Amino acid sequence: MDDTVISLGILQVALAYVFVVILLIIIRARGIKREKEILVSSVRMTLQLILVGFLLVYIFDNPNPLITIGIIALMITFSLFTVIKKFKGQISKPLKLVIVFAMSTGSVLCLFYFLLIVIQVSPWYDPRYFIPIAGMIIGNSMTGLTLGAKSLIEGMTEQRAFVEEALILGATPKAASKKIINNSFDSAILPTINSMLGMGIVFLPGMMTGQILSGTSPLTAIAYQIAIMLGILGSVSLTVILMLQLGYKTFFNRQGQLIQN
Amino acid sequence: MLEFVSVKYKNVIEVDYLYIPKQRVTALTGNSGSGKTTLLKMMNKMISPCRGRILFEKTDLNEIDSVVHRRNVIMLSQSPIIFEGSIRDNLTIGLDFQKIGVPPDDYLYSVMKKVKLEKELDLSSSILSGGERQRLALARIMLLDPQVYLLDEPSSALDDDTGQIILGMFINHIRDNDKTMIMVTHSKEIAKNYSDYILEVDQGKIGNGSNNG
Repeated sequence: MDDTVISLGILQVALAYVFVVILLIIIRARGIKREKEILVSSVRMTLQLILVGFLLVYIFDNPNPLITIGIIALMITFSLFTVIKKFKGQISKPLKLVIVFAMSTGSVLCLFYFLLIVIQVSPWYDPRYFIPIAGMIIGNSMTGLTLGAKSLIEGMTEQRAFVEEALILGATPKAASKKIINNSFDSAILPTINSMLGMGIVFLPGMMTGQILSGTSPLTAIAYQIAIMLGILGSVSLTVILMLQLGYKTFFNRQGQLIQN
Repeated sequence: MLEFVSVKYKNVIEVDYLYIPKQRVTALTGNSGSGKTTLLKMMNKMISPCRGRILFEKTDLNEIDSVVHRRNVIMLSQSPIIFEGSIRDNLTIGLDFQKIGVPPDDYLYSVMKKVKLEKELDLSSSILSGGERQRLALARIMLLDPQVYLLDEPSSALDDDTGQIILGMFINHIRDNDKTMIMVTHSKEIAKNYSDYILEVDQGKIGNGSNNG
């Protein structure tokens, strides 16, 4: 196998912008007013990635446990803001705290297990492994948490009468919310399960494609991909289960009564 | 058995003192919006008063586990919810919640017969009419065999002749088995015909009780 990687120069990258130019010509001709958004998003993407590229070069050249941990904390904080912002006005403070707890505990536990026990990275804070893998694990957990919390909030609101009737019939708050909890888990985990089902047949996952393009043997690339998919599955499940098991309780008071809106 | 002492719930109801006797049928009457349903919900601890104390067998409700209490004091709401699934699923859901074993089909059919609901257990509950749903819900709480039954406007869906027969049967069931029943009704006639005590609720206040008959 030829392991030489074709390195892209500035000119080659600029040539890729031809796609954008063609798109702009087409939409202008058709009178669709989206030129500004397309231009801004393309340029923003380019600038952001250039910045990240330089940042990563620096971090990889100067590995430091504090920087690695700082970046993980930043990723988690950012993802938490993203989740909580989505539910502006319809999420209670206790449920926010549950989401913060589930995300920090669930994804960090899975991340460390994956890096230290599965891949056995050395030193443990090696940013070359830590940062991209943390990104995948935290990103997917964030999506799972958003879907799970959305389904939990909607379920407890729309099916309030059912939960109330179950309580009247002598159900514990947990039993009364069981169906909603199970449905929420399903909707949170389904995208991960679907992507595993299609993987390798419908599409080649990004990490694996990236590794192959950069010269890694496809066999090594698939080994990483399999491991990371299982890691993502574990982390999404753990964060969502933690959030649901603690989250449903925030809809009840200490007397096992549904909290009035 | 149940005692309300200086109880207040939001601006809905205020009770200086109220006593509900054991093994009797008590009717709470009054116009809609007078706070009757709120009273019932406080009795089975679905809600708690903002002020005052409610005692059950001389113990403050705040000291009794809510789930244990609700299994003792079961409420039939005015429009009970019927869950997805078959008639059997709905009939036995309370037993499942309370982790009580499900009795054989013969027994389930006999309870359904009492409430004049003669349908196959495995039929979907979605085919039932409003009145039939109310009767299914009544059979569902009868299976749970609590100490106290709270009925919220049983007359609303049982208004016809069949309804009256069922209510009569149910009250007999209460008396034969030494149970306590508290029913909310706007119908003075039902209160008069079926209860031992009548309490009038008016604009969030409880009037003097009266012995019936």
